[in-house]
Amino acid sequence: MSATALDYMLWGALPYVVLAILIGGTVWRYRYDRFGWTTRSSQLYESRLLRIASPVFHFGLLVVIIGHVVGLLIPETWTDAVGITDDMYHVAALSLGAIAGVTTLGGIALLIWRRRTTGPVFSATTVNDKVMYLVLVAAILAGLTTTLLSAVAGLTGGHEVDYRETVSPWFRSIWILQPDVAAMAAASNAFKVHVLIGLVLFALFPFTRLVHAFSAPVWYLFRPYVVYRSRDDYKPLTRPVRRGWS
Amino acid sequence: MSQRIGKVMAQVAMVMNLDKCIGCHTCSVTCKQAWTNRSGVEYAWFNNVETRPGQGYPRRHEDQERWQGGWKRTAAGRLKPRAGGRLKKLATIFANLEMPSIQDYYEPWTYDYEHLVSAPLGDDMPGARPRSLITGDPMQIKWSANWDDDLAGGEELGSQDPIVQKIGDKVKFQYEQSFMFYLPRICEHCLNPSCVASCPSGAMYKRAEDGIVLVDQDKCRGWRMCVTGCPYKKVYFNHKTGKAEKCTLCYPRVEVGMPTVCSETCVGRLRYLGVILYDVERVGRAAAVKDEQALYAAQLDTFLDPDDPAVQIAALRDGIPRRWIDSARRSPIYMLAKRFRVALPLHPEYRTMPMVWYIPPLSPVVDALSETGHDGEDAGNLFAAIDTLRIPAEYLAELFTAGDVEPVKQVLAKLAAMRSYMRRINLGEERDESIAAAVDLTGDDIEAMYRLLALAKYDDRYVIPTAYGVDEADRGVIEEIGCSLDFEGGPGMGGMGGQVPFGEASGRPQPASVETFHALRDRQTSDGHSGPARRLNLLNWDGKGRPPGLFPERGQKSTPDSTYLTGTQSEEAK
Repeated sequence: MSATALDYMLWGALPYVVLAILIGGTVWRYRYDRFGWTTRSSQLYESRLLRIASPVFHFGLLVVIIGHVVGLLIPETWTDAVGITDDMYHVAALSLGAIAGVTTLGGIALLIWRRRTTGPVFSATTVNDKVMYLVLVAAILAGLTTTLLSAVAGLTGGHEVDYRETVSPWFRSIWILQPDVAAMAAASNAFKVHVLIGLVLFALFPFTRLVHAFSAPVWYLFRPYVVYRSRDDYKPLTRPVRRGWS
Repeated sequence: MSQRIGKVMAQVAMVMNLDKCIGCHTCSVTCKQAWTNRSGVEYAWFNNVETRPGQGYPRRHEDQERWQGGWKRTAAGRLKPRAGGRLKKLATIFANLEMPSIQDYYEPWTYDYEHLVSAPLGDDMPGARPRSLITGDPMQIKWSANWDDDLAGGEELGSQDPIVQKIGDKVKFQYEQSFMFYLPRICEHCLNPSCVASCPSGAMYKRAEDGIVLVDQDKCRGWRMCVTGCPYKKVYFNHKTGKAEKCTLCYPRVEVGMPTVCSETCVGRLRYLGVILYDVERVGRAAAVKDEQALYAAQLDTFLDPDDPAVQIAALRDGIPRRWIDSARRSPIYMLAKRFRVALPLHPEYRTMPMVWYIPPLSPVVDALSETGHDGEDAGNLFAAIDTLRIPAEYLAELFTAGDVEPVKQVLAKLAAMRSYMRRINLGEERDESIAAAVDLTGDDIEAMYRLLALAKYDDRYVIPTAYGVDEADRGVIEEIGCSLDFEGGPGMGGMGGQVPFGEASGRPQPASVETFHALRDRQTSDGHSGPARRLNLLNWDGKGRPPGLFPERGQKSTPDSTYLTGTQSEEAK
């Protein structure tokens, strides 16, 4: 299958635009809106649902992310080399992926229901949040769809395009600045939709509350408990801070 | 003093004399006006005054079985946050299981005042119904920061006080047998702060120069662990900005040598501020002593005697300026806590080494004694009463000494001795050294204590050196740096107005009180008079000279409003 101009735009150019927005946007946000960089937790308003839904969603999402990293970064030849057959790999990937995906979806569904029905939480929800939730849920749904379609194809013995021969090589090729447009163009429509929504999500990332993921406090593990800081550590900005768009 | 002196650090600490607190809440109100009159922290009181016995604010905050604040001593003798160590914190980061909800504080409200003027004409007087500041809906007021003020609610509410539950039915709520006192509370600015230890982002810190515990608003990511970590529940989550906020010990004031707003406005003049020099290397060991009742003595042992030349040399060695050492030598805190031993820490059993200490109230004992027809100020009567009246001594011991009644009794005996000793002087009788000797003091000690506690002159109560560090090279001159809340457009600058892209309070919203703030800052930092050029805020005018903006520019066409001012100006010109 030969790649069309649209393919080149979507799989050749768009990823770099999104990367530029993601990196540039994050740097911009960090420079100009450190005060707005927070989880914006609504736990003070409502805790009963959150204490269940939030861990379910976040832990599900962590497994989903790990699954994506493994699926996209580890080439098929490597797993072949250690003796993992395609069938073994797919059974494991699809079942784990389905469980994690459904968990994540259930978690976010509960969170959105809580957000809509708990008065204070709903009134603290911005348009920005709503757009983000829409794209995030769409990305999860599209991802689950690809998983289910693959599973159905596997069970019925039909032929399903293997993402490890299409999406994954394309994804890896992005990082060496030689995007393998043809590989991605060969993927099924379900994967294409999922990838596109994913790209939109990454482009939105720096401008939403999702940025809190970038400040996962892992170094807390290696820090002494009590932090001392000197008064003169504070360096006032030498020029007035303005919003980046004003 | 053969003990080795480790690294010396300075701490600005506070003592409150509970005998003088009349529960007027002026400290709370002025503090709120200064720091938390913003949306998002409507429910937060950096300073609050509780009636004890009572549940406190937030409700039952002393129940650490429930809220898991402070430190826990492990079997191996090490300290770890009671709510869990680093790994558990990260594992439970997606939902804080031990965080009080807004209902545990109280749901803040306002009144529908507009209805008073917009109600249609009718037979009934229109009323202003309460509306929730959280949802905006009409609400029933069921609780507040002071719902059980002055024992309101009696036994029904008072019996929920965790200390009352602990010491059982010894606390009586029948009117004739009840006792009460007020407990003003601010952040303890602990030597071993568990809120700082709980912060995954490292946004909370203890200032090396003066020990004030602060939240870096630009580093806080809203994980909320500090709220759980603080056993005093004095870190608050701003639900609009998604960041933690807390008492700052009014450091912009303290840095220029002024007392905190709560101290300055205290009607009873019961607050003391001063510097304590302490050995930071002894803190960890002191906080981890096995016996909870030994924590008070262990903390006292970390305080260094500023009159000891060896301490002074060590302090200079560790970068503490001479004027801070001089200030520490006059510190009322050192005098009350260590020299006279009349001030006690609040809940030392939390192992945070708190630095806001309290002189327990003698008044309930004097009152109880007087009501029985005895002379409530006779030393013999008072000493006997302190011993026999188990309440409030036991109650106070639960608050201040992890339940050890002995130190509390000693403090009360000293206060009683001071009353009797000074009464003799006031009645023109012979000074009775035996009264002083009975509590291991001298008559001179008692008179010094009397000057500090009863006369309580402003300059004796507040001995605050100006800040050091930065580049001022010890000239005693301060460049007022913005506080973490007060940066351009931050919440400390006033209002959070306007639409912003990442939710309310993100970005740099236009502050409402920016003029006030800048005027104050300009005035504090400039040699001449200053102020915004266009218009002068008369509230900030210090009366010096004629700042620009006080009068309209010459030749400018007068508006009706400024006619009067222009008139005075031309008169002055003559």
